[in-house]
Amino acid sequence: MSGRRHKISLAALSLFVTAAVWAAPPDMACVYNGVYTPLFRSLTDPTNVPVKNFRLDVTPATNAKFLEFVRANPRWQRSQVKRIFADENYLKHWAGDLDPGTNALPDQPVVWVSWFAAKAYAQWQGKRLPTVAEWEAAAAASPAFADGTKDVAFQRDIFRWYSTAAPAVLPGVGSGPANFWGIHDLHGLVWEWVADFNTATVTGDARGDTGLDRQLFCGAGAVGAKDVENFPAFMRYGFRSSLKAAYTVHNLGFRCAKDL
Amino acid sequence: MMKQNILKQTNARHLMLAAGLFLFAGTTLAADAPSNSVKPADPEAIGQEIATVTQAPNVPPPIKRKHSAKVIVNLEVKEVTKRLADGVDYTFWTFGGDVPGSFIRIRVGDDVEFHLNNAPDSKLPHNIDLHAVTGPGGGATSSFTAPGHSSQFSFKALNPGLYIYHCATAPVGMHVANGMYGLILVEPEGGLPPVDHEYYVMQSEFYTSGAYGVEGLQSFDMNKAMDERPPYVVFNGAVGSLVGDKALTAKVGETVRLFVGNGGPNLTSSFHVIGEIFDNVYQEGGTLPTQHNVQTTLIPAGGSAIVEFKTDVPGTFILVDHALFRAFNKGALGMLKVSGPPDLLTYSGKEVDAIYLGSAAEAGSDAEKKVVALKAQMAAEIKGNPKIAGLTKDIQIEKGKGVYMQTCFVCHQPNGLGVPGQIPPLAESDFLLKNRDDAIRAVVIGRTGETLVNGKTFKGTMIPLAYLTDDQIANVLTYVRNTWGNAGDAVSTTDVAKIRAEAAAPGPSATPPPSKFE
Repeated sequence: MSGRRHKISLAALSLFVTAAVWAAPPDMACVYNGVYTPLFRSLTDPTNVPVKNFRLDVTPATNAKFLEFVRANPRWQRSQVKRIFADENYLKHWAGDLDPGTNALPDQPVVWVSWFAAKAYAQWQGKRLPTVAEWEAAAAASPAFADGTKDVAFQRDIFRWYSTAAPAVLPGVGSGPANFWGIHDLHGLVWEWVADFNTATVTGDARGDTGLDRQLFCGAGAVGAKDVENFPAFMRYGFRSSLKAAYTVHNLGFRCAKDL
Repeated sequence: MMKQNILKQTNARHLMLAAGLFLFAGTTLAADAPSNSVKPADPEAIGQEIATVTQAPNVPPPIKRKHSAKVIVNLEVKEVTKRLADGVDYTFWTFGGDVPGSFIRIRVGDDVEFHLNNAPDSKLPHNIDLHAVTGPGGGATSSFTAPGHSSQFSFKALNPGLYIYHCATAPVGMHVANGMYGLILVEPEGGLPPVDHEYYVMQSEFYTSGAYGVEGLQSFDMNKAMDERPPYVVFNGAVGSLVGDKALTAKVGETVRLFVGNGGPNLTSSFHVIGEIFDNVYQEGGTLPTQHNVQTTLIPAGGSAIVEFKTDVPGTFILVDHALFRAFNKGALGMLKVSGPPDLLTYSGKEVDAIYLGSAAEAGSDAEKKVVALKAQMAAEIKGNPKIAGLTKDIQIEKGKGVYMQTCFVCHQPNGLGVPGQIPPLAESDFLLKNRDDAIRAVVIGRTGETLVNGKTFKGTMIPLAYLTDDQIANVLTYVRNTWGNAGDAVSTTDVAKIRAEAAAPGPSATPPPSKFE
């Protein structure tokens, strides 16, 4: 009798543990039933790809957090990093190896970081970089809807950011509105690294594309689409595909993801 | 040889793309790592030089050498917020910091080493497609460049001609609509025939979120771009960039060559210079003068033309897209000022000026009255808008200058001196300062009969410019009353609306009042 009761309480405990795993830590939010609509796909590929439930950081990584990371991992300090893993502009706006200084305020998103550095940071946190599919699925959400692609005001705001020059001083993370999932700054602050940034490569050139493998590149066809929302997507894919893993850029940061 | 190299490079790139999906190791991890194939030295190229590039309307000097050379071209992509029209800003994406992009001049056979540098503070990656390049993407496949990075590729200039270059990064239309185009001239062997002046003029359109003239920083409107309905059609990247003290210049008897490009992205230009006939047109930017004695030449989007003419008489010659609403309502106006002695045999100036009423029966129809009433109503609403009504005099003067340089300068001249014996001067004009309401009337309802200005009598007719808004009229009158030696008070929209209402009202005051100086 007592043995059975014990079993039941174990089951209850395991249920509790499962629930605890499902509740994301406060700095991450869960994205459920995500759908990814690839911008470039072959005629036989599905239009929409389901994305497994996952967690995503609520904000991009900050200078403050990145300072903790390089303190704990000296090989990622500016003077220590191998050139093959980050170009010569790596953390160029920091005052020193362990001193972000006045040009990199603690709550600003960390920029001038390479894909390798972002990946190492994520691992250090027990996380990983999101995939293109995950990032796009999370970023499709407007403040009101999980699928914000038909939210006109939301799309207009995104577009405004893409077509204005970068500000001299970046705002802090979390200053923009939260989206449906409670995630901030996917649009309107910085570009973000993703794990597979170079999978959906586009030369972006209408003349060049004609000679390329159409199974991979439907770019020319998609340009003609009447889908207004595609234009920001084009710019994101274009931006990602201009990168190499060691590149660092003034308006390129990252955030981490985790399996549920 | 060159083509094969580029193809090889592209294939290698594909392999690397495929590999890059799975592999991040060594130096092949980059999505578009440089090709390993070695480019052979060009046996024809003698010597090396760095290309001189210029901002419009200037053109680099003709190439003197009689052989091909290795030429290094450096071009920086910059995203800049600048003036599109008075009070209107736009975030331009540029080649070299200006729209249009820097003019590049090389010679046929040149071995060009091209460096595309994307400024560190750019928001986006960019590339370049030069129509002068024989190869995939016109260079675009080899020049895709992230912010703060630089790409290099080489090409041999196989074909002479005047070519467009533009950014070809997706979405291509938007990159071009934001200003990413320019001209590259590949001189034929022996060069082009010598002329006295060469200028660089490029037409393009801008798809702003606001209508023409709406002030503030405007963003790109994709729906307007797709509908091909631009609020702005301009020469050299902004309204008024070739007007007033920025006009092109020449002297009587000189030869002028215009390198004219059309960046588009959508519209075809009907390029015309009012009062000139092109002696030669190198149609579509080719190397043969294909036609002589041309009035208007068609320039396709993504294409060019070279036009040449000799100036015969002095005056201001207006460059337009002869699709005229683009010229007079959207900004496609430029000026060529020709100085020198008049040639009365070629052009006499006005010899007879008389009133011709024609059939006056239609005047004052119900429809016209209704239009006038509606305009008065509109004016009242504009007047009630404190944003417009509250403009300070200085702002009015600045804005009025813009109106003047689009509407009034053609007759009253850019310097306000008018035309002796025909068009009254506005500069140091006693009439203008003493007869404030008559000045407003002249703009709103026109003016006929005699006008006494500074002791001289003018008998010309001024056509009504009632289509101008009340604030435009108030601003332009404030401008002319406070420029060229004039010092008067500001004219308000209330003043203008009063005259409009008076003109709209039935009765004797609806007709132009007789001049006090009659």
